[in-house]
Amino acid sequence: MQERVKSPKFDIVGTRPVRPDGADKVTGRAKYGADHKVAGQLVGKVLRSPHAHARIRSIDVSAAAALPGVKAIVTREDFKDQPSEFVPAGEMLINYRDVVRNVMAREKVLFEGHPVAAVAAISDTVARTALKLIKVEYEVLPHVIDVVEAMKPDAPLVEETMITAGIVPPPTKPSNVAKRVEFTLGDVEKGFKDAELVVEREFTTQPVHQGYIEPHACVGSVSEDGTAELWTTTQGHWVARAHCARLLGWDINKLRVTSSEIGGGFGGKTVVYLEPIALALSAKSRRPVKMVMSREEVFKASGPTSGAHVWVKMGVKKDGTITAGEAVLKYQAGCFQGSPVQPGCMCAFAPYDLANVKVVGYDVLSNRPKVAAYRAPGGPISEYAVESVVDEIAEKLGMCPIELRLKNAAKEGTKAAYGPKFGPVGMVECLEAAKGSPHWNGPLGKNQGRGIAAGFWFNIGGETTVNLQLNEDGTLTLMAGTPDIGGLRASLAMMAAEELKIPYEKVRPIIGDTATLGYNFVTGGSRSTFSSGLATVEAARSIIKQACGRAAKLWEIPEDAVTWDNGEIKPAGDNAGKFKPMKLADIAKVAGKTGGALVGVGAISAQGAAPSFGVHIADTEVDPGTGKVTVTRYTVIQDAGIAIHPAYVEGQFQGGAAQGIGWALNEEYIYDDKGRLQNAGFLDYRIPVASDLPMIETIIVEVPNPRHPYGVRGIGETAIVPPMAALNAAVRRASGVRMFELPLSPPKVLKAMKEAGKA
Amino acid sequence: MKHKHHVTTTVNGDEVEYLCETDQTLLDCLRDELDLTGAKEGCASGDCGACSVLLDGRLVCACLVLGVEANGKKVETIEGMAQGEKLHPLQRKFLEHAALQCGICTPGVLVAAKSLLEKNPNPTETEVRYWLAGNLCRCTGYDKIIRAVMDAAAEMRGA
Repeated sequence: MQERVKSPKFDIVGTRPVRPDGADKVTGRAKYGADHKVAGQLVGKVLRSPHAHARIRSIDVSAAAALPGVKAIVTREDFKDQPSEFVPAGEMLINYRDVVRNVMAREKVLFEGHPVAAVAAISDTVARTALKLIKVEYEVLPHVIDVVEAMKPDAPLVEETMITAGIVPPPTKPSNVAKRVEFTLGDVEKGFKDAELVVEREFTTQPVHQGYIEPHACVGSVSEDGTAELWTTTQGHWVARAHCARLLGWDINKLRVTSSEIGGGFGGKTVVYLEPIALALSAKSRRPVKMVMSREEVFKASGPTSGAHVWVKMGVKKDGTITAGEAVLKYQAGCFQGSPVQPGCMCAFAPYDLANVKVVGYDVLSNRPKVAAYRAPGGPISEYAVESVVDEIAEKLGMCPIELRLKNAAKEGTKAAYGPKFGPVGMVECLEAAKGSPHWNGPLGKNQGRGIAAGFWFNIGGETTVNLQLNEDGTLTLMAGTPDIGGLRASLAMMAAEELKIPYEKVRPIIGDTATLGYNFVTGGSRSTFSSGLATVEAARSIIKQACGRAAKLWEIPEDAVTWDNGEIKPAGDNAGKFKPMKLADIAKVAGKTGGALVGVGAISAQGAAPSFGVHIADTEVDPGTGKVTVTRYTVIQDAGIAIHPAYVEGQFQGGAAQGIGWALNEEYIYDDKGRLQNAGFLDYRIPVASDLPMIETIIVEVPNPRHPYGVRGIGETAIVPPMAALNAAVRRASGVRMFELPLSPPKVLKAMKEAGKA
Repeated sequence: MKHKHHVTTTVNGDEVEYLCETDQTLLDCLRDELDLTGAKEGCASGDCGACSVLLDGRLVCACLVLGVEANGKKVETIEGMAQGEKLHPLQRKFLEHAALQCGICTPGVLVAAKSLLEKNPNPTETEVRYWLAGNLCRCTGYDKIIRAVMDAAAEMRGA
């Protein structure tokens, strides 16, 4: 069942047209990262560390360089060191000291798979042979993988001189804790004193990978004059350009980056891995260099998200009023600082209107790949822990988990612990929709249980540029710069068509490269439909204004005597009715005679992103003989603001839920005692397959965002937040055991059931 | 330098030839020698199904077949699925149902689904789910894919 709570008041927004890039994607025509080929291209390959932690004593490339067919080799010597400082890159703060070390190891290798050298050769075979000829002398060092171990005073230090930031006075000894953050609201001590029930629990989650099906891939080509082209699969080609130019010491305008079609990203393609290496190899060989990661490399050397340890304490009155919430989050950052612990802190208690909150977060280094953003980065971990405690409170109070949440739900005016006061938000509406849903009121079978959990993501705006050209025949070409990962072109074309009152098919949306359009921050933070939508509307309104100006010129009346009326340009006021109304197509025909092409530009830093709340209902069946958890029914209820293209909104809900189900039930990074990843492939790192899942029902709740002309809220990320707690609650009801660790894999569930006498 | 193998095969009805190394996969031959990049490499180990093609009518992962094995056989890829300007009903239903997001798994899923419907024109939801269990999709949660396949099957049956 696909349900929508309200119907929209627009002509095109809210309908379900076929996406403009659809035909290319069902025929194999669309070109992804690895599908690009340039005459004379070389094959680039990376030599990676076999050790989790080691000092690099020496690298000898002489034998590899002498191999016929090898055209270039790069190591740490080919990348200038960068100072340790946080500088803005788009909306992010980037420490290029770490970025350069992540791209190519310098003093030490910090995780298994860390790049040590790279070659460009005339064939795959030659490149592979060359890698074997590179001699690296390592001094193997003790390593640390687990977050709690890494925080112990005697833990091996990933970075020998790192002093924890955010503690006053600063510690005198270095540690693996990069940063401590704290968010407080009210007085938790007082809140706990007022409580009639206090629940305090600890949770562990494992790192999980974004699992995009398309590995990282790029082609870099540097010309003799120093200008360069980069084709890459990325969530943000302007950000990729900034990183590459910085690491290579180039002027930004020398490098033109084209984003290929992107085969999934989920946050993991917001960073650069291969791109600076391909460009450096091309700069040395002056040949185009193509690089493609293997799946093993993707798992070992591109960012998963953090595994974590979370402590939660919540106090509540007997009537269900939550009096205090406190949490301590310890997130793995991987080998460089920058785990998503801060957003984890922001999200932890955000679904609730609480007077007393305290959340402390630690960003902790270990000998793992540096984490990358993964859909609502940080949120799913802290909210899994908090929502699991909320579920336990409901059980202990004998209250319906929806009623408990309704009693405490965040609403307009709620002050979040991380600062802002919410505008109109849909938490209550989602809970009400859940309460009335067929799923919540449906039957359950033997060994089955039903769980529910809420989720929150704040969403972002940011730098965005859209160009809209009115073509000679009245059609429009829309150029956006946020890569389209799941239907963005469709929703932008719909908003442009709605605004300009022309058919959807008359707008052709494309994704521009970095030389053809102003700056765009990444597709991420659930921002692309929101931000590029705002820029599209601004560009469309500019076209309307320009068209009215042209009509004024033709009619020889003042510009302010011309109005736009539902797709028609009309003389107004004293001149009303004196001239025949014109359409955009009429203006397009006379553009040359009235001043040249009509081009609308929306170049903005999008403000007013509004949070999206969601509620998931999960039914599971737990096999008492094996501990296997099967999802038997699943419903996603989420506030979309207004759904521009409801089918792709549902798709985001369903996809987020499926990723969360994988996180909850199967997925984890497994290391051996030497810090080597044991399951770097899709056979052993098991993401959900079609036969693992039921249909995923959706209910689109629409509480419009007042700060967007079509009411859009970002919706891509919230959907991955609730599944872990919803399934945890469902497993509790189905099996009688309450779990505090992910994934809920059969051995763990069975062990817990046996210990509780339930198996 | 070792000589490469000369392979003659039929791809989407056209006779083609290519030279390949002994260890080159059919997937690499399609993509690198014939420039047919519709089949994708997601894993190179037969776990993701993004490279699904038909070899003499049998559904295979092109990453697990050697280029030389295609000699004298018939290969069908996503590029041969539409007939002229007419999309295959599966392709059309995928678009109508919004059954793709990023689209990287789509060619493999379509080739696999077509193979299913040729064998079983009236599959149950469970049969579709198990047939497509070898085609990983990370974006959609499979819901709309399953619906699109069932809907295409119904249309093709004339139901």
